[in-house]
Amino acid sequence: MTAVSLSAVDLALAACLVLLLALISHRMALGVAHDLLVAAARTAIQLTLVGMLLKLLFEDAGPVWVVLMALAMLAIAGREVWARQKHPLRGVWGYGLGAGAMFVSCFTLVIFALLVLVQPVPWYQPQYAIPLLGMLLGNTMNAIALGVDRMNRGAINERNIIEARLALGDPAREATAALRRDAVRVALVPMINAMAAAGVVSLPGMMTGQILAGAPPLEAVKYQILIMFLITAATGLGALWAVETGAKRLFDDRERLRIDRLRN
Amino acid sequence: MPAALLSIHALYNDRQPAAAAGGVAYGVDLDLYAGETVCLSGQSGAGKTLLLRAIADLDPNHGEVLLEGVPRDRFSGPAWRRRVTFCAAESAWWGARVTDHFADAMREADEFALAAEVAGRAIAELSTGERQRLALWRALRVGPKVLLLDEPTAALDAAATRRIEATVRRYLAERGAAALWVSHDAGQIARIADRHLILGGGILTSAPASEAS
Repeated sequence: MTAVSLSAVDLALAACLVLLLALISHRMALGVAHDLLVAAARTAIQLTLVGMLLKLLFEDAGPVWVVLMALAMLAIAGREVWARQKHPLRGVWGYGLGAGAMFVSCFTLVIFALLVLVQPVPWYQPQYAIPLLGMLLGNTMNAIALGVDRMNRGAINERNIIEARLALGDPAREATAALRRDAVRVALVPMINAMAAAGVVSLPGMMTGQILAGAPPLEAVKYQILIMFLITAATGLGALWAVETGAKRLFDDRERLRIDRLRN
Repeated sequence: MPAALLSIHALYNDRQPAAAAGGVAYGVDLDLYAGETVCLSGQSGAGKTLLLRAIADLDPNHGEVLLEGVPRDRFSGPAWRRRVTFCAAESAWWGARVTDHFADAMREADEFALAAEVAGRAIAELSTGERQRLALWRALRVGPKVLLLDEPTAALDAAATRRIEATVRRYLAERGAAALWVSHDAGQIARIADRHLILGGGILTSAPASEAS
């Protein structure tokens, strides 16, 4: 089975639907028409560019290009994690924490998936490596941003409670135990919900895509299960790493709470 | 004269605005002796709380602090703060219930004449006075050698104030500990202070006799 190829007219008709929606929201003065059109244009342009890039990459499957692409994706995801926090750490830590956590979790798990589970030949074949990494990064990015944002807001809002414990001689780790637990939980909840609802409420996008592209449903399901488990492991690992490392950075060597290391 | 329990030399809190420190960061000198209560006053913004926090090593600070002759950096931060314990003006609680903050033996609270039922109650149900007394008890259980009390009775009625004063004085006498006690109440200072110091322009000065009495 092969997929039915989409023509430019098909895409143009789909675009008309978005245009129609923009027109209606403009008439109703919802104030989102502009954002809607910009976002739609970004989708079309960004995906076309990445499609061209992937086409090039697939034709010339040199490992150097795969690594470069992977690092570029990591760099952009790291910026996104940083930008989504209200009070990120100041300086290079603000960016490095999210990027570091995603590097530790996503790169490890993608390499594991390629070498042990999927085993394409060669193992770095971009057709497998890049989409896998993309899905892990996209989900881990959300989880880490949620978790670290929760922790840093908590450190600011509950500052007097944390400092009350420090003043009584509790170690920093004890003073932040509840906060760290909350932060990791907040990070993991979306993926737990997604797994619980998978197939019942929602048909996951990747599986749907594979089926539309002509893959047998059970093959698509197997890939989807693999991916969801990988994503769950990556979000958990990444969020734990980011929260633990970030929590250490909230204190100095005298275990003083250093709110001044967070951006206001 | 016996050796000081706590010696402070040229201490200043890095968070202290330079203007409040007289534009010079030369810091505070102070010796505390076993058993004594030293009251500390000064205009608001003079840096009384920041001074206590600097002594407890809760803010980045510079200067020399020794406990029984041992420099502060020989202790870890938590170990230091178990010996030199800061009680904030407003008590903070991490759990919803009283018992969440006292893993063991609530009956010791009898010493504070706290009603027996306080153990089973939620923090939010307690009166300000009950909360302050519990917060003080929470700190005393750690067994500090030096208590840094930031206006512990500011919001309390006369009876609750007297109870806190008596508890602290008994603790200091029993343990040979010392207290640095921020207070603006002349009556209280007359009752409890062995010495009375004023913080202003970044330095400590002895209060004139009229102010101390």
